Amino acid sequence: MSTLSDVFAAAKAESRAALIGYLPAGFPTVAGSKDHLRSMVESGCDLVEVGLPFSDPVMDGPTIQAAAEQARSAGFRVRDLFDVVASVTAAGGRAVVMTYWNPVLRYGVDAFARDLAAAGGLGIITPDLVPDEAEDWMAASEAHGLDRTFLVAPSSTEDRIEMTARASSGFLYATAVMGVTGARDVVSSAAPALVARVREHTTLPIGVGLGVRSGAQAAEIAGFADGVIVGSAFVSAVAEGDAAVRALAADLAQGVRSGVAATV
Amino acid sequence: MGQFTPTPHDPDARGHFGPWGGRFVPEALIAAVDELAAEYDKARIDPEFVNEFKRLLRDFAGRPSLLTEAPKFAEHAGTRVWLKREDLNHTGSHKINNVLGQALLTKRMGKKRVIAETGAGQHGVATATACALLGLDCVVYMGEVDTERQALNVARMRLLGAEVIPVKSGSRTLKDAINEALRDWVTNVDETHYLLGTAAGPHPFPLLVRDFHRVIGIEAREQILEKAGRLPDAVVACVGGGSNAIGIFHGFIDDADVRLVGVEPGGSGLDSGSHGATLTAGTPGSLHGAMSYVMQDEDGQITEAHSISAGLDYPGVGPEHSHLKDIGRAEYFPVTDAEAMEAFALLSRTEGIIPAIESSHALAGALKLGPSLGPDGLLVVNLSGRGDKDMDTAVKYFGLADGGQA
Repeated sequence: MSTLSDVFAAAKAESRAALIGYLPAGFPTVAGSKDHLRSMVESGCDLVEVGLPFSDPVMDGPTIQAAAEQARSAGFRVRDLFDVVASVTAAGGRAVVMTYWNPVLRYGVDAFARDLAAAGGLGIITPDLVPDEAEDWMAASEAHGLDRTFLVAPSSTEDRIEMTARASSGFLYATAVMGVTGARDVVSSAAPALVARVREHTTLPIGVGLGVRSGAQAAEIAGFADGVIVGSAFVSAVAEGDAAVRALAADLAQGVRSGVAATV
Repeated sequence: MGQFTPTPHDPDARGHFGPWGGRFVPEALIAAVDELAAEYDKARIDPEFVNEFKRLLRDFAGRPSLLTEAPKFAEHAGTRVWLKREDLNHTGSHKINNVLGQALLTKRMGKKRVIAETGAGQHGVATATACALLGLDCVVYMGEVDTERQALNVARMRLLGAEVIPVKSGSRTLKDAINEALRDWVTNVDETHYLLGTAAGPHPFPLLVRDFHRVIGIEAREQILEKAGRLPDAVVACVGGGSNAIGIFHGFIDDADVRLVGVEPGGSGLDSGSHGATLTAGTPGSLHGAMSYVMQDEDGQITEAHSISAGLDYPGVGPEHSHLKDIGRAEYFPVTDAEAMEAFALLSRTEGIIPAIESSHALAGALKLGPSLGPDGLLVVNLSGRGDKDMDTAVKYFGLADGGQA
């Protein structure tokens, strides 16, 4: 069984950052999301984040909002998520789920963890659950052997970074900018500073996301982070077809391999 | 007891009312809500802040608001009815209490920009007013559907110098306006305060919004004792997010014999599925930063609320109401659009007071509750706002433009 630490260790052994690609389950359809996620795995994503389309995505910009709406109007149900995760596992990929917390609460935190683990999922990234409110999730993730990826932000205090790192396992998610998801032209200047602050508190791998869309940006982030997270750009690529998804993954995979020394 | 005195009903340090409340927000916002909580903790015991707030309530908002007996309306309720006249506040609703408090906090924090969400436009107009008064930049997010239902309030906000941004995502109503405001806040949090309009959201919003509205209940209790010589049998208020209700409830929360009654928007009726009766028909969940009852499907997707009143059209509710429901201190039931509109017309005709459609839900609740209390019973109804903004809806509903009669 692969674990998240193995994913990052394997990338590090090649002196590079890991490439982490995001796509919502059920986008544009359940079958379509399986196909595109397989392409992302085959074209160089070391890890995929499978998103759970939610009615009120407060951390997401217009691209992912629209994708979530499309998935839901195409009939996405939460049980489809586990099916999509299992398809990634079957394709030889590694998957974590990224989800707002209410659907997990409604499903039952323990039941969600159980079914995700059974589908081969490695953990959950929780954009609107901070460790302060995560008692049930701590217990369920321990019980089912899942990793917990909490977020840190440029506004996080040292105390909160310390506390959040201690509550996390697998990797930490550093939000590169203060803002919502969406491709941006320039890598935030706040990202390197944040990663440097976080490293004072933990040896966990650090993934950086929010705003990455090109191999060149991926290379820049790979210069100081352990993982490069790309979301909205994959969602946009889906509209152009699977070849575009593969091309983007390949470009980004090239990027994480040309980062300026992934060892910080 | 002062408006800001801590009470045994305050949430714990992390903002929990029993299992409800807390902070279900992105980490990026935690610093901002921590800063707000720390500032409020200092402000609530700072005489300078408290006195400035009281001065604005008195000299700008026009408080204390009246308590008016409504004897002809009461004939239809079968019991005595007094109205707490929040409709007479400057800007026409209770919302001014909270916005003045939070705008003062914004200045204390050294922030220059305020964002807000609005449904009916009452909170947006109040926020734009406070920002004009105190020299703050103001951006109001409003669901596109609501900008059409409440075009006059959009014009008011713009006249007051606010920028109004129609929200086109999701159901294009209040909940989506809150989503968009949260997205703005997480992007611009350094210089921006999110002036949330109801007693919901992440801690400390439910606490401080409640405290800014406690003045309603404190005044009402003194006034009813003076005018009627006794406490009421029940205090009745409408509940969307629940800010006017929590404000008046708190004046009576330690009076065990006073029933606290919240009236929810029943829309076309609970069976129709087209309503906003979160406490009556919702289930536990997290929405907009707190655990509370929410309207959701079996997958945890938030469902759309429906009400003829834009201000009650919300699939969540403040966490303290969820707590008061669970411990049995307050009771909640819905009235339909039709019942609310009937009460709207009845109060207008019998007492010469045109209530907001939101407040008309509380009046309809009083009409239902009254007969069980009998002629010696006594109700205080929170008339949370005036109905001028609702005339378009009334014209259509009653066909007033075609010679119709409400």
